[in-house]
Amino acid sequence: MNAIDIHPLGDRTLLIRLGDDIDAATNVRVHALADHLRAARLAGIVDIVPAYASIAVHYDPLVWFGAASDRSPGDCLAQRLRALLAPIDAGAHVDTVGTNDAPVDIPVCYGGDVGPDLADVARHAGLDAHDVVARHIAGDYRVAMLGFAPGFPYLLGLAPSLHMPRRANPRTRVPAGSVAIGGAQTGIYPRELPGGWQIIGRTPLCLFDAAREPPSLLAAGQRVRFRAIDAEEFRACAERIADAANAPS
Amino acid sequence: MTGLRILSPGLLASVQDAGRNGFGAIGIGNAGAMDSVALRLANALVGNARDAAVLELTLRGPRLCCEDDTLIAIAGAPIEAHCGDDVVPNWRPVLLRAGSELRLGGMRQGARAYLAVAGGLDLPRSLGSRSADLNAGLGPIPRALIAGDRVPIAATELRQIPCVAQFFAAMRDDHRNVVAPRWSLDPSPWFDANRARPIRAIPGAHFDLLDAASQRTLFGAEFRIGVDSNRVGCRLEGAPLRLAAPCELVSEGVAPGTLQLPPSGMPIALTAEAPPTGGYPRIAHILSVDQPRFAQLRPGDGVRFAQTDSADAQMRYLERERALTRLETWIHARLQRPW
Repeated sequence: MNAIDIHPLGDRTLLIRLGDDIDAATNVRVHALADHLRAARLAGIVDIVPAYASIAVHYDPLVWFGAASDRSPGDCLAQRLRALLAPIDAGAHVDTVGTNDAPVDIPVCYGGDVGPDLADVARHAGLDAHDVVARHIAGDYRVAMLGFAPGFPYLLGLAPSLHMPRRANPRTRVPAGSVAIGGAQTGIYPRELPGGWQIIGRTPLCLFDAAREPPSLLAAGQRVRFRAIDAEEFRACAERIADAANAPS
Repeated sequence: MTGLRILSPGLLASVQDAGRNGFGAIGIGNAGAMDSVALRLANALVGNARDAAVLELTLRGPRLCCEDDTLIAIAGAPIEAHCGDDVVPNWRPVLLRAGSELRLGGMRQGARAYLAVAGGLDLPRSLGSRSADLNAGLGPIPRALIAGDRVPIAATELRQIPCVAQFFAAMRDDHRNVVAPRWSLDPSPWFDANRARPIRAIPGAHFDLLDAASQRTLFGAEFRIGVDSNRVGCRLEGAPLRLAAPCELVSEGVAPGTLQLPPSGMPIALTAEAPPTGGYPRIAHILSVDQPRFAQLRPGDGVRFAQTDSADAQMRYLERERALTRLETWIHARLQRPW
């Protein structure tokens, strides 16, 4: 286990780095430490942003001025973070965090018009389309981080046989709900966006709605399972969601 | 309830406040005013809280109509402003008569001006802020304003501000449509037209990965602000910067002010609508105190960077916050006295 590396990212952010690569165990540590940091409610913390192997801590330097007369606010906060996180990082319960939580179920209609790259992914993997779907729904995924766009989950846990490079020519418009593969990861487009990932299907679920509480369907650290549905089920589910959204509150 | 009606939108006008915080973990950035100092001072001049919502105007301003008597203030880049035959001065409170058409023109220098109205723009907060995040499509008005938009203004007792009570008397007695005090703020500490002054920056975590020539170029050569710049970021055109060896990074936190280096070798300076994470090498970070000045650079302007460290950056931030708070206190007191 690496030591905790903390360095400034500009003059109002510290970056806590736990590793250099995309690794499920490192990411579990990231979320355990981020949860602990949130719970500690340190003064002057403006935001806590976990990523694959790091946590950005945005803070108000004015609050940390004068904490020690001979050191900058950044140094004072970094020392506090080390003291706070080192015992937690060494603790055994990091290994078990979140492993018992129930996965979020994501229904997906695979292939056809809503999954235009499914055949390419199958060719690349040397499988037929049904096997690609079977392997995609067999995966036990975890949200490593959200980014790129509000509510976009980067999911770890994709079967190595389904890894596939991004498209050479990114699409200018990828529809909302598209389930896609990019390298070793799979993700879901929360709204219509440009994108270069291989689109294998679409979910009728709404991944992000600023007016909803919470706004993002998924949170970093959460488990996710995909479930195959047919076009008929997709339509029915999309209609139920639209009706619920239009119902008077 | 009163409001502003947009008759023509100008180049890019949007609703901005101090931005949103606390949603980085679900992929949401700050947004908010690009020139956060001009936002605060425009608000102070009309007696608002420092983070009240205002209009951010880009390069060329809108034409708009005040439905009721409205106290406004314009700060940031110097912008031509007229109401009928009257000139509307910048950097001071100005009372406009109900039904006035405010015509905002071009900016002689700088890129962004801020129009605050007493009471603040009265829109519901979305995820804690009224700011439009144009790239992510967030905010109560998540887009640039268009002709026909009406932006409500929160009710406020203008006549209870002693200085403004006198404006109303002058408007009535002298039949004036536009009333402003003789005093104004000195913009020179807060809007710097001297583009030759370098923007100060701290080397980033990956600065050492640049080859030696590129390290010298970053803190020595002149870059040009790219024409495709927007509220997310600003492309810096010049001699391409190169890494000494290729490097693959996983996405990590970034912030407004971060200079990222994509494979093209043209750095991108992230600004107000920076996403919370990014995957390119972080070669430097613009000081918080210099970000408002950076936000006033126009496409095509030259810019140089000067190197400093994070302790110096934080000391300058403390000094600037003290100066701004003193000025806000002075403005508040000035509004309580006759003009």
